[in-house]
Amino acid sequence: MLSVKHLIDTTSLTADDITQILDTARSFSEVNKRAIKKVPALRGRTIVNLFLEPSTRTKSSFELAEKRLSADSLSMGGATSSVVKGESLADTIETIDAMNVDMFICRARLAGTPQKITEHTDAIVINAGDGKHQHPTQAMLDLYTIRENFGHLDGLKVAIVGDLSHSRVCGSLVPALKTMGADVTLVGPPTFQVDDPDYYGVPQTADLDAVIPEMDVVYMLRVQLERMEGAAIPSRREYNRLWGLDMARVNRMKPEAIICHPGPMNRGMEINADVADCARSRILDQVNAGVLTRMAEMYLLLGGENNGVSA
Amino acid sequence: MAYLLKRAHVVDPQVGLDDVRDVLIDGEKVAAVAESLDAPEGAEVIDASGKYLVPGLVDMHVHFRDPGFEYKETIETGARAATHGGFTDVATMPNTDPVTDNGAEVRYQIDRSRHAGLCHVRPIGALTVGEKGQTLAEIGDMVMEGAVAFSDDGHGVQSAGMMRTCMEYVSQFDKVVSAHCEVESLTTHGVINEGRASTRLGMFGWPALGEELEIYRDIELCRMTGCALHIAHISTEKGLELVRAAKAEGLPVTCEVTPHHLFLSEEDITDAYDTNLKMNPPLRTAADAAALVEGILDGSIDCVVTDHAPHAPHEKDCEWEIAFFGIVGLETSLPLMLTNLVLPGKMSWSRLVEVMAVNPRRCLRLPEVRVEAGSTADLTLIDPAAEVTVTEDWLQSRSKNSAWLGATLAGAACDVFVAGRHTLTDGVVTPVRRVLR
Repeated sequence: MLSVKHLIDTTSLTADDITQILDTARSFSEVNKRAIKKVPALRGRTIVNLFLEPSTRTKSSFELAEKRLSADSLSMGGATSSVVKGESLADTIETIDAMNVDMFICRARLAGTPQKITEHTDAIVINAGDGKHQHPTQAMLDLYTIRENFGHLDGLKVAIVGDLSHSRVCGSLVPALKTMGADVTLVGPPTFQVDDPDYYGVPQTADLDAVIPEMDVVYMLRVQLERMEGAAIPSRREYNRLWGLDMARVNRMKPEAIICHPGPMNRGMEINADVADCARSRILDQVNAGVLTRMAEMYLLLGGENNGVSA
Repeated sequence: MAYLLKRAHVVDPQVGLDDVRDVLIDGEKVAAVAESLDAPEGAEVIDASGKYLVPGLVDMHVHFRDPGFEYKETIETGARAATHGGFTDVATMPNTDPVTDNGAEVRYQIDRSRHAGLCHVRPIGALTVGEKGQTLAEIGDMVMEGAVAFSDDGHGVQSAGMMRTCMEYVSQFDKVVSAHCEVESLTTHGVINEGRASTRLGMFGWPALGEELEIYRDIELCRMTGCALHIAHISTEKGLELVRAAKAEGLPVTCEVTPHHLFLSEEDITDAYDTNLKMNPPLRTAADAAALVEGILDGSIDCVVTDHAPHAPHEKDCEWEIAFFGIVGLETSLPLMLTNLVLPGKMSWSRLVEVMAVNPRRCLRLPEVRVEAGSTADLTLIDPAAEVTVTEDWLQSRSKNSAWLGATLAGAACDVFVAGRHTLTDGVVTPVRRVLR
């Protein structure tokens, strides 16, 4: 059992919570290799995927995870939901809640939305990314990928590189890595750096070349082109030259070091095409880990071993 | 009607009084203040022992939403809240719809408040037409209709050149310009203090510099134009230092602070994203709040104001980033000052009277009100032993967006007299239907 009722942020998770999620995900990896990829663990449970902001990979990842756990799920998108007709979040949630659902998976443009949802329903809420705040299920799949690669997390040196201040991925990955004992360094243009790195207790620098040789994991963030209100970098070209991961930089990495990216990638901007496809890249492993860890999170939060059905 | 307040502890630094007195109100005036007075025939005697009688409290920064947003607050409901909070005068900011940027709109507010008959409503006129920062408003017209000060509150005048024009123009009238200091090119999408809170909660930050830079600009424009400048809702230590330096130079600069910037900080904003903690300017650091408390105690800050900002439930019960800025404050302002500063002995009663009655009247160029014979009987009687629990039902404001819902506070106004009329009686707003002169 996890120490939290909902999965809203990684700040609230203990090392034991994270380990449980990763271990459970691992036990599901065998299921995903079967010809018939389905267990009855959440049969009869109703899960609503409330995606108030466009999402392709996170949404499909959750949908597959739900199907593989035999849950009944319903997907609602911002463009097709009553939210675009001006309905308040409270009304939307109370309306869905009246249909007796067990879990909300929420992706939202506004920070704090998953927390607000918990005020209007007794159902369990998983944050699938809220504004610039957090994206905890992304952090879990990242940790899973890194742990599978190295066998452990503690003591690893991880650089998170790019558009830090607009990044909910950064917002949840840093606390989760710290909880598991990894050393984190934030790297990005001064105009993309977080307001207060002391909050995370990690160093922050603009100099990617200086940190590259030290790192076990180089985690490239997507530059949120759709969120670049008031350009904070001069051009894609200059960004690529200063902070993009190219082969010259990859060749200066430790021999065993790996590359991660949450996707979708801007090839040629934060990561070059040959790098994305090179042997160090764990980007497709991350995608696979997404289904496993989301299965684990839903399974553990919806009762785990106490839900009357064993995996 | 005459009232004799027996054995009130009168605090009025203007007349050097801080002692127990009997005070007789007759008609619209204070008729007598003495150690012992006999009740004239027909006078109502009020036992004021253990209570403090002070010149009527003034809140020089409120939003009454009338006209335009009457679903949040009207002049009548706002006046009820003001009375319940112990105020005899409020100054209303012009961001109504239409904006209060001409004499007719000023007249409307004054007329409405006279019909409400509870407290003096003193309109603050806009500096620019529509508060758009582009065209000088009819400031002279508004002065002639009773506007007490001028402000583009809510925005600030973005162009330094336009602000210079506004201040030069206002300088002829002996009125103060109340400056909402916010450089919008720096604050852009900011919804929370930039720094720890914006990082922790993942939202665009509103940097302290966005306020401080404009305080600096407006102080220099004050020096250039000679126009009296009042810095609205100051929220940072550095901003306060700028005001201190300007005062030390003898510039006509004053400033105000809200109870929420004194007694709350960004640390109070948890991951519950309680939108009743979303303000503009935002709650700053605990160090800023401590510096502001120091400033209100040492005289650097002139006034306590509420920035009373009523909003309907659907404008607050939503995601933080789209929630409206501001909270109601009229009814909690005095209890918060008493609970946090006066009753624990950090602030004297006399200083409280300065920051909540004497100084705001001076900033608004209103006639002095004193607890002495001949003065207008605008008076507030405070019960330090009262205990109030802030609930939606207790709040008389039409809106309930208080940051202190559920809190129990020590001390509150029990009686208020406005021009000799008993508008608050034992903590209950008196239903009056007589037009105030």
